[in-house]
Amino acid sequence: MHPWLPFEWIAATRFLREGRTQSLLIIVGVGVGVSVIVFMSALLSGLQSNLVKRTLSSQAHLVLLPAEEIARPQFGEGQALVQKQAQRLRSIDQWQALRGRLEKLPEIAAISPVASGPAFAVRGDANKSISLIGIEPANYVRVIELDQKMVGGELRVNAGEALIGIELARDLGATLGDKLRINASSGASDTLTIVGLFDLGNKAANARNVYVGLRTAQSLLDLVGGVSSIDLALHDMYQAEALSQRLNAETGLIADSWIKTNAQFFTALTSQRISSNVIRFFIGLSVAFGIASVLVVSVVQRSREIGILRAMGASRGQMLRTFLLQGGIVGLFGSLLGSALAWCFLALWRTLAVNADGTPMFMIEVEPGLVLIAAAGATLVGVLAALMPARRAASLDPVVAIRG
Amino acid sequence: MAETLPANAVLQLAGLKKSYLSGDSELEVLHGIDLTLQRGEFAALIGPSGSGKSTLLNLIGLLDRPSAGQLFIDGVETSTLSETEITRLRGQRIGFVFQHHLLIPAFTALENVMMPLLIDRGRPDTAMRARAAELLAGVGLSERADYPASKLSGGQQQRVAIARALAMRPSLVLADEPTGNLDTHTADDIFALLREVNQREQTTFLIVTHDPRLAGRCDRIVELVDGDIVSDRPHPIPTKHLPAD
Repeated sequence: MHPWLPFEWIAATRFLREGRTQSLLIIVGVGVGVSVIVFMSALLSGLQSNLVKRTLSSQAHLVLLPAEEIARPQFGEGQALVQKQAQRLRSIDQWQALRGRLEKLPEIAAISPVASGPAFAVRGDANKSISLIGIEPANYVRVIELDQKMVGGELRVNAGEALIGIELARDLGATLGDKLRINASSGASDTLTIVGLFDLGNKAANARNVYVGLRTAQSLLDLVGGVSSIDLALHDMYQAEALSQRLNAETGLIADSWIKTNAQFFTALTSQRISSNVIRFFIGLSVAFGIASVLVVSVVQRSREIGILRAMGASRGQMLRTFLLQGGIVGLFGSLLGSALAWCFLALWRTLAVNADGTPMFMIEVEPGLVLIAAAGATLVGVLAALMPARRAASLDPVVAIRG
Repeated sequence: MAETLPANAVLQLAGLKKSYLSGDSELEVLHGIDLTLQRGEFAALIGPSGSGKSTLLNLIGLLDRPSAGQLFIDGVETSTLSETEITRLRGQRIGFVFQHHLLIPAFTALENVMMPLLIDRGRPDTAMRARAAELLAGVGLSERADYPASKLSGGQQQRVAIARALAMRPSLVLADEPTGNLDTHTADDIFALLREVNQREQTTFLIVTHDPRLAGRCDRIVELVDGDIVSDRPHPIPTKHLPAD
């Protein structure tokens, strides 16, 4: 009997210890439930961040584009049939000022102005249609991790230098140090040296993207001083859609979030999350029913003891708390056991789910935060589950209980 | 004996009635009981089964509420008290010794004796432990202090239950067939122990018993038949153990 423990704690722990088998069984039951939740959560978040990383490897979280040009009829609405105007390549109006404003937004982690447009890459007889992308490398790598994607040469786009994808290099038969001629639709052309090769993990992007310096792109695309888009990285990528709507309203620019441009992928992620939440909810529910049923039996078994404690002056509140505590303790210990089990499952998973070369397919970790949430959640579920049996214990009539 | 100062009365019942709903009709079990117990009295409550003994004991023990009449414990009128006040009064002023011992098996003998103090004060302390040890010594069970309650014999359990009933230094100890489950020899020992406590501590006892042999050894015998007190006689020498002298 610890001197600093109040009566309720002493009674709760003694009752649990006395009904050792029951207590152990229900703690193991809670543990299995919690381990499934923790394991599933870790697996799912690992899987999702891996999927997101792969899918978004060559996309910005948010892209700002110039507003569409609209032909305005000179007469009133509806009196003339107006054909939709063809969209020419234009710069974002006053983008330098806009950049200054964007830098003040706390949600935005990185800003990269981009001048991009169509062009042809010519080498000998080969002639490939490409997407010419002018970047400031230092800013661009903070939005798209191009530095992680380099497979040869280096990430450098000074005047007269270009980075091409491995697919385009193969199509053109070109490699590092070779010259490449770029013909833009404006009629301008330039000869560039290939200083780096990249692999974005996407065949189409590897065949089309050619990175050059911002100024080189601006002069080739006839966008002197301008940029065709501003790519943004956010601190929380799931805020992209909300921010895009805000920026669209504030600036009048088109703001495309990754959520909108990858609507199906995002829906898949969301429905995966919802279904796992449903599973978690039902596991939590069955854990709660397990705890409740064990405590109901315990209250019935101990009704005489409860009666005698009440006769000795124990209040209804003391009896209530004694049984609520038992629920909480079972939940807490169950969750600790469950977290340990989940850790074992994950260790097993890491040895089983490996690529052919022995590296793990993707990283999954049990974060300490997840364990804390599981512990707090299971304790709360335990207390809630104990509510009904505890109220029953508190409302026992000592006369009836003692008579047995 | 009859003319006593109310201030000295540990228990006072005036016109106490209790009825239960039985189907549509009310069934009155106690028809207006008047009874006073003075400090230090050692009284037996006898009567045939169904006479209302247990009901009366539950009312006196504040485990149940009367339908009518007044009940004073140490001069405190209880009918107006709240549930919480009743529980507190019960814990502090009344000790129970039940027929079936009713120790809490999850605790040791010593901890069982401490239990009323622990419930009252909320947390264990050394003074409590010392008091419990002293009480256990008083019932001759010092060497069994750390035994789990479930490992004790029937007689030992009843001794622990008596020590527990005395933990709060109650004004009144209610004993419901305290020797009912014990063999004659052990029953005599237990009865002698109750008597000893009564004389040493001046604790008032009300003992419900079927056993005329035990009732005969009490100072006073109250007989209940069909919900009425039919006789209340001192036996054999009423004033011998009273503090009046």
